[in-house]
Amino acid sequence: MKTDSVLEKVLSSGNLAVTSECGPPRGAAVDKVKKKAKLLEGVVDAVNITDNQTAMVRMSSFAAGVFLRQMGLHPILQMVTRDRNRLAMQADIIGAYAHGINTMLCLSGDHPHFGDHPMAANVHDIDSIQFIQMVRQMRDEGTFQGGAEIDVPPKMFIGAAANPFADPFELRVARLAKKVAAGVDFIQTQCIYNLDKFEQWMEGVCARGLHEKCAILAGITPMKSAGMARYMKNKVPGMDVPQELVDRMAGVPKEKQAEEGIKICVESMQRLKEVKGVAGFHIMAIEWEQKVPEIMEKAGLLPRPEISA
Amino acid sequence: MITAERKPLEEIIAYVRPFDRILLVGCNECVTVCAAGGRKEVGILSSALQMAFLKQGKNLQVKEHTLERQCDPEYVEELSSMIDGADAVLSMACGCGVQEVARRYRDKPVFPAVNTTFMGASERQGVWAERCQGCGDCLLGITGGICPIARCSKQLMNGPCGGSTHGKCEISPDVDCAWQLIWDRLKALGLEDRYEEIMPAKDWRTGRGGGPRKIIREDLAE
Repeated sequence: MKTDSVLEKVLSSGNLAVTSECGPPRGAAVDKVKKKAKLLEGVVDAVNITDNQTAMVRMSSFAAGVFLRQMGLHPILQMVTRDRNRLAMQADIIGAYAHGINTMLCLSGDHPHFGDHPMAANVHDIDSIQFIQMVRQMRDEGTFQGGAEIDVPPKMFIGAAANPFADPFELRVARLAKKVAAGVDFIQTQCIYNLDKFEQWMEGVCARGLHEKCAILAGITPMKSAGMARYMKNKVPGMDVPQELVDRMAGVPKEKQAEEGIKICVESMQRLKEVKGVAGFHIMAIEWEQKVPEIMEKAGLLPRPEISA
Repeated sequence: MITAERKPLEEIIAYVRPFDRILLVGCNECVTVCAAGGRKEVGILSSALQMAFLKQGKNLQVKEHTLERQCDPEYVEELSSMIDGADAVLSMACGCGVQEVARRYRDKPVFPAVNTTFMGASERQGVWAERCQGCGDCLLGITGGICPIARCSKQLMNGPCGGSTHGKCEISPDVDCAWQLIWDRLKALGLEDRYEEIMPAKDWRTGRGGGPRKIIREDLAE
């Protein structure tokens, strides 16, 4: 074991691992963090806490993660290279680790263009791959990126994102290979709707043995409505929603669409379970966390394996 | 070249309003090429200012002069014969030129008439695009001649983010994905393997991270 991460333990036990996410509130509303966390308690193995997602200011991933730790959950610290330089990043990594957060996700982050602070400076001192290298160096060599020794190095289980659906498609396996070479331990993918394309990507991943070097968690987002399906298809960059899925959602009465969305999501998970190299799921039920237990139940993923932290 | 765009007339008017005699100085270099502050633009701005003030009953005197190179002390010296006849200088050069005039003529107010934007190239008639951020440690030799620092919206050094769609950047369909361009070029050169070499974290000391930069050429410096 590289770390004390519960996610690492579940993955090495041979079980499918499941993570979900919790977007912190836009303010100091502690109750909201706790309420969302409560919905996921005992249902998933670890919970991502997003970092200023969609480039909108929210309670920090670190601070919200500490609340989850206090509740006995296992937060995954998300961190983007957009908002911090390498000094601030490393400072927060050791700080979070000191508070018992031992799993993190290294991202570049949505461009400020999409958020409510488009006037903000883009930092991007390092990119997501250099970020992975930095966290691995901190863990395995016990040194900061600048070279100095760390007094009690943070032993982080290192995650990153992969989007099999973005262009150029032919680079997508190679991009994962770079993250693996940089030292990533697990990957959470973009939401998967085009299963054929995902399977094609996974074939490339397995052909290079990358699935043996990092655990790939398939990204899942249940759709609440036909409107959401259409929006994701047409408006979200890097998202691949097949037309037949939009039609299927639109084909049921409005009041039944949420149910249909859950059904699609569970069917996808059943199919993805059989895909070689899939080590688990990352369920992003955006502002719909209450549905995660139902999805987990229907997908046959409950109860979660007993792992001592 | 260094590109620039003229500031809105209202902003320029606000700068020169307190003065009666203006020395309006263009530059024959980059700002001439990008049609922001050369002789022609100096003439246009001069007329526009005089007309605007005339409407308000003020006869603004504008002396027009375009220097060969406003960022070079040798040429800026030329202004010494006309500087006393002006209450203020309005410069149509890039920020380098404005500052050189301000440095040389310490007791004369100097105002910029353009916004200096970026180091770029002309894509076609009337269109310029950013190409370089002057990071001080050029990567073009390993990225197929396309700069990810200047041309990727997230200045990613190791490949395209998840927002690259049909060759375009997620921020706008008008912006090319730099990594799509790099990848296409590496393929054209038969250098696909190079993509998987990890580019290490950049040392920004050669860029702005090291504070204001200076080049001292011992062989040339006096």
